[in-house]
Amino acid sequence: MKSLQELEEIRKKTLESLYLRKDRAGTRIVVGMATCGIAAGARPVLLAFLEEIKKRNIKDVTVTQTGCIGVCRLEPMVEVYLPGQEKVTYVNMTPDKVARIVAQHIVNGQPVTEYTIGGQQKKND
Amino acid sequence: MELYRSHVLVCEGTGCHCSGSAEVIETFKEELKKNQLENEIKVVSTGCFGLCEIGPIVIVYPEGAFYSGVKKEDVPEIVSEHLLKGRLVKRLLYHDSISDSDVVKSLDEVEFYKKQKRVTLRNCGVINPEKIEEYIAFDGYRALGKALTEMTPLEVIEVVKKSGLRGRGGAGFPTGRKWEFAHNAPGDKKYVCCNADEGDPGAFMDRSILEGDPHSVLEAMAIAGYAIGADQGYIYIRAEYPIAVKRLTIAIQQARELGLLGKNIFGTGFNFDIELRLGAGAFVCGEETALMSSIEGKRGEPRPRPPFPALKGVFGKPTLLNNVETYANIPQIILNGPEWFASIGTEKSKGTKVFALGGKINNTGLVEIAMGTTLREIIYEIGGGIPGGKKFKAAQTGGPSGGCIPAEHLDMPIDYDSLTEIGSMMGSGGMIVIDEDNCMVDIARFFLDFTVDESCGKCPPCRIGTKRMLEILERITQGKGTEEDIDNLETLAKNIKASALCGLGQTAPNPVLSTLRYFRDEYLAHVRDKKCPAGVCQALLQYTIVKELCTGCTLCSKVCPVGAISGERKQPFTIDQDKCIKCGACMEKCRFKAIEKR
Repeated sequence: MKSLQELEEIRKKTLESLYLRKDRAGTRIVVGMATCGIAAGARPVLLAFLEEIKKRNIKDVTVTQTGCIGVCRLEPMVEVYLPGQEKVTYVNMTPDKVARIVAQHIVNGQPVTEYTIGGQQKKND
Repeated sequence: MELYRSHVLVCEGTGCHCSGSAEVIETFKEELKKNQLENEIKVVSTGCFGLCEIGPIVIVYPEGAFYSGVKKEDVPEIVSEHLLKGRLVKRLLYHDSISDSDVVKSLDEVEFYKKQKRVTLRNCGVINPEKIEEYIAFDGYRALGKALTEMTPLEVIEVVKKSGLRGRGGAGFPTGRKWEFAHNAPGDKKYVCCNADEGDPGAFMDRSILEGDPHSVLEAMAIAGYAIGADQGYIYIRAEYPIAVKRLTIAIQQARELGLLGKNIFGTGFNFDIELRLGAGAFVCGEETALMSSIEGKRGEPRPRPPFPALKGVFGKPTLLNNVETYANIPQIILNGPEWFASIGTEKSKGTKVFALGGKINNTGLVEIAMGTTLREIIYEIGGGIPGGKKFKAAQTGGPSGGCIPAEHLDMPIDYDSLTEIGSMMGSGGMIVIDEDNCMVDIARFFLDFTVDESCGKCPPCRIGTKRMLEILERITQGKGTEEDIDNLETLAKNIKASALCGLGQTAPNPVLSTLRYFRDEYLAHVRDKKCPAGVCQALLQYTIVKELCTGCTLCSKVCPVGAISGERKQPFTIDQDKCIKCGACMEKCRFKAIEKR
């Protein structure tokens, strides 16, 4: 170890992968992963979220899963909790939709209305 | 950077290891693979969480779900329910870790952790001790960097002095002054040593620190080396701590690879390296002069002091010797400042102390409390009280060198001076809880038995004196003691204390003196009435059958291995006291509670 900067670099780099164990603030992306969710293809969606977050190097986001939310016909479903904002529920998710949600909602705070439960129903009407 | 959505932390301290955590980790890895989750979820083995009683412990982040008593058979359920579907496996959650509305509490809100203050254990159960990067992520080696680049050796010593830190090995000598002595000692070759020869029965604080956070000790030793002008360190650790030895070896290797040990650390020209020395497990090698002679490869025997190690230690050179827990405090003191440290604790005892809770207590395990916490808080709030609602009789601290704290002192704040005042000592931190079912004479006998075994034999007071004391205690527990024996015991104890060569002998009579001080009546009951009030000392017990309760079922006479019980069917039976060997088999079998032990 030649300098303190070197130490600081290791510190920062590792801390990013450890934030999960520190606190539970920040944004939460919750994927419905009960039998219905998994059957409808929730896993590729969850993986796409992980991939996208990794690619954009976004901090302080946890991706976790939950059980059946109750509207199995709309699975895969994803709930996004931004600190201080109402929960947003996305339905009929596919991996293709993930990039846009991350860019528009997670990064810029603007929910992608047309993918949400309200937006999808409007389309069906 | 690898990104995982979840971390599964499994305790791999010795406690959980013994209850099968290695298999649990293995099964987790297999199950994750089976479910194709291995790239999403990371399994991390950590050090001790403290709740050894209910191990193996598994914590799943980001939820922070606290699973206890996890067997490898439980792992598939956790993987398929929790990790795959996001549903907590409630039957395995630690009972106090979720609120009434099923929300996972953070660890600080759990009763066991609420009253604790984790300074030296802060990384135990949080980081993977075999990954130096994780230690660095939580501010590791920053204190060393700060000391080397921003402070002079004298400034480092001044900070340690101002913090009020005292030696955690038991005696409580001010650490800063020890460092100052070693700094001022003349000589160009000096050594920094770490005493990891934890030998008190029931104590495992140092082991847990070394297993859970080995780098904190390495970092502190390097800081100490800088402060006193040493370039070589030795950690003297017992070979009976294989996991700690393994983690230390890995830690030293990783620190060398990153240049945090070795030559020219942080480009400052400071050199420091550390080697391990394995002890064979002799209790006396925890005594500083014996320890140093063992490091040199000689027989582990103490020598008179002075000269003190600070002047003449390992290989005759000035040596600084501190305990594991003392070192583990140092990086925090350097980083957060001496005022921060001095703000914790009592007037003369600063900081925190780790205790290994054992004996008659619900939460057997490892706790760290601020100095000044009362015994009642430790036992009833953190420790969860005594099993079976039994009555608290005393707590034994300091192992074979310490004494007991009786119920009347339950509310006394615990620090070095208060414990010494009541005839016990802080010791290294073993705390054994004794309830109404334990005999105090027997406990004193147990510890004397230990010291007689462990005495190195160099000085007569210890070699012969402790043996004589043990003989008297054995006589008393066998009902052959007299009141004169008690007086002799006291005289012997005081003489050995005054004349033994080293700490082992000087403190060996403490368990006897302190039990005599608080439980003299129990001794008297043994010699005068030939009774053991707690019903422990076999020779003084009598099993008798209560006539009114006995139905004459004959069960007891059938299980008696020596045929001491006789009687007529459907009539009360009797026990022949001459034949009875006091095995207790009859009492266990009796369905009518008709057999009494007195």
